[in-house]
Amino acid sequence: MPLVTIDGKQIEVPEGTTILNAARMIGGDVVPPAMCYYSSLKGSGGKCRTCLVEVSKGSEKDPRPMPKLVASCSTTVMDGMEVKNKTSDRTLDARKGVVEFLLINHPLDCPICDQAGECDLQNLAFEHGMEHSRYEFERREFDKIDIGEYIKLHMTRCILCYRCVYTADQLTEKREHGIIKRGDQSEISTYIQNALDNDFIGNVIDVCPVGALTDKTFRFKSRVWYTKPMDAHRNCSKCSGNAVVWMIGNDIARVTARKDQYGEVKEFICNECRFEKKEMSDWTIEGPRHINRHSVISANKYETPIPEHTTLLNKA
Amino acid sequence: MGRQLLLDKVNVAGINTYDVYRKEGGYRSVEKALKKMTPEEVLEEVKTSGLRGRGGAGFPTGMKWSFIAKPEGVPRFLLCNADESEPGTFKDRYLMEKIPHLLVEGMVTSSYALGANQGYIYIRGEYMYVLRILEKAIAEAYQNGWLGKNILGSGYDFDLAVTCGAGAYICGEETALIESLEGERGNPRIKPPFPAVKGLWQNPTVVNNVETIAAVVPIINDGGAEYAKIGIGRSTGTKLISASGNINKPGVFEIEMNITVEEFIYSDQYCGGIKNGKKLKACVPGGSSVPILPHYLVCKTAAGQDRLMSYESLADGGFATGSMLGSGGFVVYDEDQCIVRNTWNFTRFYHHESCGQCSPCREGTGWMEKVLHRLEYGHGKMEDIDLLWDIQRKIEGNTICPLGDAAAWPVAAAIRHFREEFEWHVNEPVRCLEKNYGLVAEKVFEPVTA
Repeated sequence: MPLVTIDGKQIEVPEGTTILNAARMIGGDVVPPAMCYYSSLKGSGGKCRTCLVEVSKGSEKDPRPMPKLVASCSTTVMDGMEVKNKTSDRTLDARKGVVEFLLINHPLDCPICDQAGECDLQNLAFEHGMEHSRYEFERREFDKIDIGEYIKLHMTRCILCYRCVYTADQLTEKREHGIIKRGDQSEISTYIQNALDNDFIGNVIDVCPVGALTDKTFRFKSRVWYTKPMDAHRNCSKCSGNAVVWMIGNDIARVTARKDQYGEVKEFICNECRFEKKEMSDWTIEGPRHINRHSVISANKYETPIPEHTTLLNKA
Repeated sequence: MGRQLLLDKVNVAGINTYDVYRKEGGYRSVEKALKKMTPEEVLEEVKTSGLRGRGGAGFPTGMKWSFIAKPEGVPRFLLCNADESEPGTFKDRYLMEKIPHLLVEGMVTSSYALGANQGYIYIRGEYMYVLRILEKAIAEAYQNGWLGKNILGSGYDFDLAVTCGAGAYICGEETALIESLEGERGNPRIKPPFPAVKGLWQNPTVVNNVETIAAVVPIINDGGAEYAKIGIGRSTGTKLISASGNINKPGVFEIEMNITVEEFIYSDQYCGGIKNGKKLKACVPGGSSVPILPHYLVCKTAAGQDRLMSYESLADGGFATGSMLGSGGFVVYDEDQCIVRNTWNFTRFYHHESCGQCSPCREGTGWMEKVLHRLEYGHGKMEDIDLLWDIQRKIEGNTICPLGDAAAWPVAAAIRHFREEFEWHVNEPVRCLEKNYGLVAEKVFEPVTA
């Protein structure tokens, strides 16, 4: 099994593992951010370039460093490979550049965006972005469109990660939408304003790293940090029925799938669970959803003791 | 004029028809390869010849061919990249238009070496009339038994088809070309896997430029060693150069790669000097993607040696004082041309042609274009020059395909060599619209050959 060193931390991983997944196995701050890679979607990754890392040693056999930064989500590890993520100035510099590129045509309308608080781009910009913008031109704008009964597409916010395209392609029976036009005029679109209509299409909302695809049943209802996330399940004939219900008081404001620490959904849920079951009687509540203490969503909420903390204390 | 291997018969009347082409010695390489040689021997000849890819990157063709995976029972493909869209390059069109059979012949010989039974010529949408010419040539080749089943009774089958793109520059990138050929959106793929392992429909594929494939014909006819004698060092053979800009004789020239740049620009055999007796200001030697050279670095290298029209000599000094031979799109600028405007024009092209898949290129090219537009029209600020430098630095090397680099290099080189001109645009916003910055007088190159 190849042995890889990332930021000085070693791990043995199965053959064919990508650098990003190896870093995720180590965990902590050696994990490069990823805006377009989604482990369960085939073909995703390589596009956003936020996960670029420096490979300072190619492998045991060929120790030469790789001349360019590589996308960690699509580069497989070799035995003896040494990777620099946070310890490389080149990486951080390039990542700063990528964040800037992603933001120049982004409307930065976080105060009115439903995704604010759980937005990957917001987190990325917070960590790697600059405090001011050097872009002094008009930003790209698109009209908002309804794609289907429940989903709103606000293309202006899109960072063209292609995740929703792969989701619609792979999770549902037929190809429903894709990218039209090219370059910075590229646009996510359905076939001539067709509606996206099938049982699992709601998942495109969950895979969207930004607020480009939002749930029309929840739009402008509440800021996400005023809602209380609870793990819940129900008997569903179409999906696993395992979801998170986001509550305001005793009402369910919205339902999403369960995301892991990298914002990825492991069990996709069906449209019925997501959009139509908004009564307390529909769900069995399992308990509060664990949300990272550093997330704005967990603000002012009671939390179970944080495992990282306890381990730190034990070590000390 | 040096030796011509590709364009020697270009002026023979009717060379675009099969009968004349055959009478002039056409399809000899197919006869020789299929009757007397094994595929390995053909590959060996190409390796000996030292032929390097003529599409821009200059990768040794023989080596590229030897990388092709050969699993049992899996078809292999040879693709000809005729999606010539680099601004300043028009050699492939000329070749295909004048001598279409040369390409067809090269395709048969090359695919025999690779063991490919199906080939495609991917031609850009704007060359629709060339597509008709090629289709006619292919039909003639089928009629005369140079294509199809059991060619020349050797048991080797090869089918060739020509298909056209829709005019996207990005489809000239080999993996985007493959995607486009498969009927998908022309987005470059993430490499590895390389096309030699997983290309067209996930089968081993070789993608070569038109000129590369055409050059295989003289290599097989005369032998690789003979071909390697032409040129200098690792730049063997002849190269088609598309010369354009402010010169007396723009057009396609076939050169041996050991003539000097000075001879190429000023000699009457080639470009015939700068038009209207003006002075040379700058030169882009290999198509819009390569760094621009200022007048004092065009004919001499930084070390003061004569610069030759070869891969190595044009790249002498790296990007600091050199450039690249690229695809051979040789653009010459006289003293009246504005470098800022030219850079803006190139960047506008890359902005328009970016596929939009990865963020640095999608967003960065548009940003650079806007900043350059502002500078050119006299609204620029001094910080814009450093901003441009920073943007190009963050695009270069961070993208999926080389289009990002191609967009970044011209901007970097223009700022590196013509920074005063950019500053002048900021300082003299009105005059920059009326008049050109001109030359830096003390370094003006005076040709001797003229």
